[in-house]
Amino acid sequence: MALKASALKAGDSHSERVVENLSRTQIVQYAGASGDYNPLHSDEVYTTQVAGYPSVFAHGMLTMGLTGKMLTNYVGDGTLTKFGVRFTNQVWPGDTLDSKATVTAVREEGGQHYVDLTLSTTNQDGKEVVAGSATARIDP
Amino acid sequence: MTKITFPVEASHIMMFARAVGDSNPVYHDAAAAKDTGIIAPPSFAQAVAQFDPDYFLRPKPNEKWFGSAKGPTGIDTKPTSSGGLHAEQHYEYHRHIRPGDVLTVETKPGKTWEKESKRAGKLTFRERVTEYRDQNGELVITARGVGVTTERPVDQG
Repeated sequence: MALKASALKAGDSHSERVVENLSRTQIVQYAGASGDYNPLHSDEVYTTQVAGYPSVFAHGMLTMGLTGKMLTNYVGDGTLTKFGVRFTNQVWPGDTLDSKATVTAVREEGGQHYVDLTLSTTNQDGKEVVAGSATARIDP
Repeated sequence: MTKITFPVEASHIMMFARAVGDSNPVYHDAAAAKDTGIIAPPSFAQAVAQFDPDYFLRPKPNEKWFGSAKGPTGIDTKPTSSGGLHAEQHYEYHRHIRPGDVLTVETKPGKTWEKESKRAGKLTFRERVTEYRDQNGELVITARGVGVTTERPVDQG
């Protein structure tokens, strides 16, 4: 069920809670799947005593992945043509994140319809952790 | 830079989707994914790190590791900064990755720039552009990542 250009307009949006009370174990799970074993994400001793942070924190790419889940649930499978983010604040164990996609344009190029979106993922304090944009192919 | 061969396996895609909390069957169930076949989640390309023999954020046998063990770090000198953080990541999809793809991945350095920050001192940004090509030489994904090294840990205040 792809989105339809005829039923979309700028300003339309979709949001989802993408994680509730983020666990250290999920961060470890991401380390294992992605191959990024930076101790900043799993090693509380190193991160607090050597790196100087209050605790371990999530990989930026985990937050991108969580944001991507909201995005593909909205635009459909295999339709993304672009997806980009900036990591604006760190994500910590215990955080609850909400992701939102907002339509900025619905357009046609070479006979194919596309939707352009801005993306924002915020934590439980309303602080933005990811800001981004995406484009997906849609039906007429 | 050297080219990395990234063989894409269905079990790896399933593990990755689980790690980002995504239970969409298109990432693990061929029957449910009949429209597209199984594909990889949009940020899966980053898992190429598994296939980089020299990846510095993976402990290796008989090499000192900077994370904690007996002491808070396994190396003798304190790292010169808090280490690198990821600032930006952008993907352009020419098609989506599928199990069975054997990708050739090549990364080239891009721009470098500096910025002063109240929260972390001098920031040095480094861009990297990575191309993922399939077994037929076709471009699958173009990725642009920006890493940042900070002068000091990011202030949370």
